[in-house]
Formats: sequence, structure tokens, C-alpha cells
Amino acid sequence: MDHFPTNWGRPRNELHDQYNTYPIHQRPSQPKDVFGEGVQRTQQPIVTGTSVLAIKFKDGIMMAADNLASYGSLARFKDIQRLHPVGTSTIIGASGDMSDFQYLQHTLDELMVDEFTNGDGHELGPAEVHEYLSRVMYGRRSKLNPLWNSLLVGGLQDGKPFLAYVDLLGTTYSASSIATGYGSYIAIPILRAAVDNKENTLTEEDARKLLHECMRVLYYRDARSLDKYQIGIVTSAGVSVSDAIKLETNWDFAEGIRGYGAQTQ
Amino acid sequence: MTSIGTGYDLSASTYSPDGRIFQVEYANKAVENSGTAIGLRVKDGIVIAVEKLIHSKLLVPEANRRIQTIDRHIGLASSGLLADGRHISNRARDEAASYGDTYRSPISLKSLVDRVGLYVQAYTLYSSVRPFGCSTILGAVDKTGPILYVIEPSGVAYGYHGAAIGKGRQLAKTELEKLKLAELSTREAVIEAARIIYLVHDDAKEKDFELEMSWIGDETNGLHLPVPKDLLEEASRKAKEALENFE
Amino acid sequence: MAVQFKDGVVIGADSRTTTGSYIANRVTDKLTHIHDRIYCCRSGSAADTQAIADIVHYHFQVYSQTHGEAPPVHTVANVFQKLCYENKDALSAGIIVAGWDKEVGPSVYNIPLGGGLFRQPWAIGGSGSTYVYGYCDATYQDGWDRDQTINFVRNTLALAMSRDGSSGGVIRMCVITEDGVERLFVPGNELPKFWEGKEVLGVSAKPKGATSVVPMAVEV
Repeated sequence: MDHFPTNWGRPRNELHDQYNTYPIHQRPSQPKDVFGEGVQRTQQPIVTGTSVLAIKFKDGIMMAADNLASYGSLARFKDIQRLHPVGTSTIIGASGDMSDFQYLQHTLDELMVDEFTNGDGHELGPAEVHEYLSRVMYGRRSKLNPLWNSLLVGGLQDGKPFLAYVDLLGTTYSASSIATGYGSYIAIPILRAAVDNKENTLTEEDARKLLHECMRVLYYRDARSLDKYQIGIVTSAGVSVSDAIKLETNWDFAEGIRGYGAQTQ
Repeated sequence: MTSIGTGYDLSASTYSPDGRIFQVEYANKAVENSGTAIGLRVKDGIVIAVEKLIHSKLLVPEANRRIQTIDRHIGLASSGLLADGRHISNRARDEAASYGDTYRSPISLKSLVDRVGLYVQAYTLYSSVRPFGCSTILGAVDKTGPILYVIEPSGVAYGYHGAAIGKGRQLAKTELEKLKLAELSTREAVIEAARIIYLVHDDAKEKDFELEMSWIGDETNGLHLPVPKDLLEEASRKAKEALENFE
Repeated sequence: MAVQFKDGVVIGADSRTTTGSYIANRVTDKLTHIHDRIYCCRSGSAADTQAIADIVHYHFQVYSQTHGEAPPVHTVANVFQKLCYENKDALSAGIIVAGWDKEVGPSVYNIPLGGGLFRQPWAIGGSGSTYVYGYCDATYQDGWDRDQTINFVRNTLALAMSRDGSSGGVIRMCVITEDGVERLFVPGNELPKFWEGKEVLGVSAKPKGATSVVPMAVEV
């Protein structure tokens, strides 16, 4: 029980505090809003990357992501790499917030150094990296402070192709062709038609052509995409990320179009 | 006060009348009685070698390593109490990681040694702790090139071209001084390092030992890695040959 | 805005600070000293960016004492980035870090709102920047010398200031090279001029050809 009448509530009552013996600046503040800490904001993505595509093929996995980091609808950074090798058998591709992706890159690099300093010759493969990421992503969303990304993790796990997805909610799944963002609407039907049941026969060349075609379709239909992208490959030869590849586009059919219906001239 | 000793050596927080801290000097004794460790800073890299004394034939070979990795590009060897060495290497790893968190670039060895030295020194100040019973050789190839330091139990750290700590340090230092370290390649330095370890090992007094070696340089792509098996064996073989000729 | 060239970087900014649509300061200096050869351009909340710049400035005063040398630009940029990223919920700060160091020479880093870090040969930020992306893309070329770079910065800022209500005042620029930092100044009445709309002509009091009518005139 607080025995200072002055603390029972404002305004100060001359009856109880006639000589103002209790300096106002020393009064305990009003009880704080008990819901104050409950009002926690999640963030919103600011600088963002769009779709990532990935497929399994005969010798490993292949991933593609364009080089754009958008700022709302502004195409702000046109030379950003969204594929990130982790160790010698894993690659991750990120869509969503780029600052969160950079944070994850650093976290993973640090994790790999931790493993390296153990000095036992073991290295984390894509399955472990994916599991780790899923824990991080789920942990963060459970604190109402998610890392705003959809990520693809691909690589070779014990010599076998591995490909999996994890997003800001901590949702995960695995499949032989996966895409994030617009890619999951537009590219997935194309990829599934070409990849499903052919994972063991699809050559690197086939895979490359397939992803190239999907990136082109995405460039036509995704307003946050760029005609410049990179390919990441993991095979038994190791991890590599290609130089930027330029997409050729075709607009020939547009020239003859007149109006939007019956108009002919 | 007991009847033995002056009483000035019971705590690291007490000076002797002539200004010494006996606990720190005793810590040095712990180092002097342990297997030798050497570090070579050569033209294009660093080589670290350790004479790991095997106190029991029942031990698994290569267990209880005395060379540790701190960061991709930094290696550490300790002489003295093995557990203290491990504690320091863990601290060094934390410092390296913390630097990376803040500046997003690999820590330079100079900065790391500053930080670890500060940490070691703190254990010479309080009556509630004992100083570390180990000296630490730290080697790295960082943005300044190959670089080598030793941190002593007192917390002081010196940079070296060639460093030796532990039981055989005197002889090892004389041998290191004969080398033209600035002209040696890391591969050549591996051979020399093995020779020195074999040379300083006292067959008569000591039990068996295991040669532990690591290197950092162009051949390892700037990473701190154990010297490959075949090179280690070659170096051991040549060391034994050199020893026979020497005797 | 910041642009790198062979020997250094040119950074520049307008001088307007607003509270709503009131210009709280028309002669602001948004080019903030962080270290001998490293500056930042602040945009967003003045309070936030000043607080961040002060922290980073202090951090690298200590850094240069303990390390015994000036910090590299990317190291400074990373500390800015860390503050912006870890406090993204509380901050409104878009910062460009630019300068010269002995390891890589000139460099420019952009840290936009969410706290990402992006190295660029040239960077623009702040409310006016969206109006001049097209101009920059069309104009910028690698390999410019000092004067060409200054010109580019001056023109870009003048164009942004002319279209953006939240930008204006004077242009302040700094040229940072190994040798030092040189301050440049363009007063608000000497800004480069571009197209300002067609000439607006006043309407004369008496339209041509109209007969003059005298009010209240008595007709005979």
C-alpha cells in the first residue's frame, strides 16, 4: 500500500498535501500502460528482391534470381546478387527484404566460421543450413519480428541433390522444382512440366535453358523484375554463381496491334 | 602467515617488496615445463608446430590438439596448461566474431592480440583468480600480410619473426635465428619447423611425442589448415634424417 | 548524393530542413564529418541522422586511437548499417557514406531506409532523389575527372531541388581525396538553370482592339 496520498492520483489535493512536501518531480510516474509492451510492431519490407527459381537436375541443383533490388516500385539497385554460396555444397537464394538477407548472409558466414574453427573436417551441407534457417525464421516470427524473406536452399547432401524452401513464417517444404514470389505462380507450372520425373536425366544444359525461359516469362509479367539475372549451380564439382546473364525479349507482335477491340487503324 | 615462503606469492593481487607478482612468474613456470611450440613468419605465410607430449599410450592419436583455429585466417598454439589454452582460444574466437559483427571484415591479428592481451592481463589483477598458465602463439595472414605474436601469462604481447615457447624454447630460438625466415617459403618452413621440434625433443627424458603442424599461406588460400598428411610425414622423415646426421 | 571518381569522391546536398511544409532551416549542412576522409550525407529525420552520425563519429574517434590508423570507408559504412538495421523500427534515416581510404581509394556506400548496405559508384537519396534517377542514369559515366563529377553533382541537385518541394536552398558539396577535403558552395540564387516552363506573359489592362468604355460617362 502506498501511503503517500499524493500518489493516489491527480490533481494534487491541498487537503492532503498542504505544504507541497512531496516534490512533484519525485513522484512515481503513473502506472504504465500494461498493454504497452504488447503493442509491438512487425516491420515491413523496404528494399526488396523478387522471385527466385530453383530446380534439381541430373548432377545437382540450379538456381536463378535476377539482379534487382526494388524500393517500392522504384528499380533502385540493379546490380545486386541474390544468390549466396554457403560453404562448398550449398547455395541460398533470397527474395524479400534485402537488409534481412544481408543479415542472414552474415549469420550464415559466422556459422560456417564456427564450424571451420572446430577443425573436425566437417562442413554443414544444405540440409543442415536449411534446418538452421528454418529455426531462425520460425524463432523470429514467434517473436513477432520476422525476417522478411522467402528463401530457397539448394545443394548436394551426401551426393544427392537437395532443394528446399523456407519463408518469414518458418514454413518449409521440399520439392524438385521450387520458386518464390511471382515465380511460384508463373514459373512453377513450366518447371514442373519439365522437371518432374526427369530429375535424373535433365542435363545442365537443359536446366539452364529451362530457367532462362522462365526468367524471360517472369520479366514479361513481373513488374518488379529485371532482364539481368544470375545462375547458381551446385554439383559434385562445387558451388558456382555465374556472371550476370542478359535476357533477350521479343516485342515484334506488338507493332501491328491497333486499339483494343474493333479498331483497325 | 605460514612459516614457509614470504607470503607475497599467495595472490596475484599482491606485489612483493621489489615489485614482482609471483603468481605471474609461477604461471611462466607452468609454460616452461610444457611441450615446445614454435611459430615461423616467412615470406608468404605462417607455420605453427607443436611438440605434443603423449603422457599415456592409451590416448587416441591426434587427441587433445594444441593448435586451434580462431578465425578462417588465424591459428593459435598454446604451451602450458592445455585447458587454459583452450579457454584463451575460445575467448579469441569470441573476440574475432565480435569484431566481425561490428565491422563486417576479418579482424587483423594486431587487433585480436590487443584484445586477448587485455583479457589475459586482467587475470593478473585480482586475488580471486589465477593468471593463465600458458603462453600463446598467434599467427595469421591478414591484410597486412603474414604476422606472428606471442601472448605471455602477464598479458604482454610481442610480435616475432620466429617464436618459441615451452620446454625447448631456448634451443628452438637459436635454431630459428639461423634461418633466413624472410626468404623461406611456407613449404620450406614446414620442413624446418618439423626439424626444430624433433631437435628440441629430449628423447632421454621425455615420453613419446606427436608432431602437430598447421600453416597459413597462398597454398591454403589464406586459410589456417593442418599441414596435409603427406607433407607432415615427409617433414617428419626429413627431420629424423637431419637429426641422425646432426648426432 | 555522392559520386566516386578516380582520385576521390564528390558529395553534395541541398540545405533545406522542413517541419511539414515549413522550412525550419534554409541553410542546413547535411554533409557531416565522420573522420578525416569520410563524410556522410544525411536524409530522413534530422534528429535520427544527427544522433547516428554523432555515435559513429565518436566510435571512430576511439577506433582510430586504438587501431592507430584511419578506418576504411566500408568499416564506417558497416557501423552505420548496423545502427540503421538493428533499430529500423525506431529510425527514419537514409544515409550515404562516402570517402577515401588507403585500401580501396574512393568509395560510396548507400544505406537506405530498411538498413541494407549497398556499394555504388554513385548514390542518391532523400525525397528529391526520385525525381532525378532518370537524369543520373542518362548522364553518369565511368572515368570522369574531378570537375566533371562536381558538375554532375551540382546539376543533379539543382534539378532535384527545382522539382521537389522538400528540397531547396543552397548546394553544399565536398570533394574528398587523399590530399584533403575541399568544401564547395553554390548560393540559392546562382543555381544552374534548366527548363522552367514557358514564359508567362501578363495580360495588359486594355485588351487590344477593344473600345475603351469610361464608366459612368455621360453620353451626349
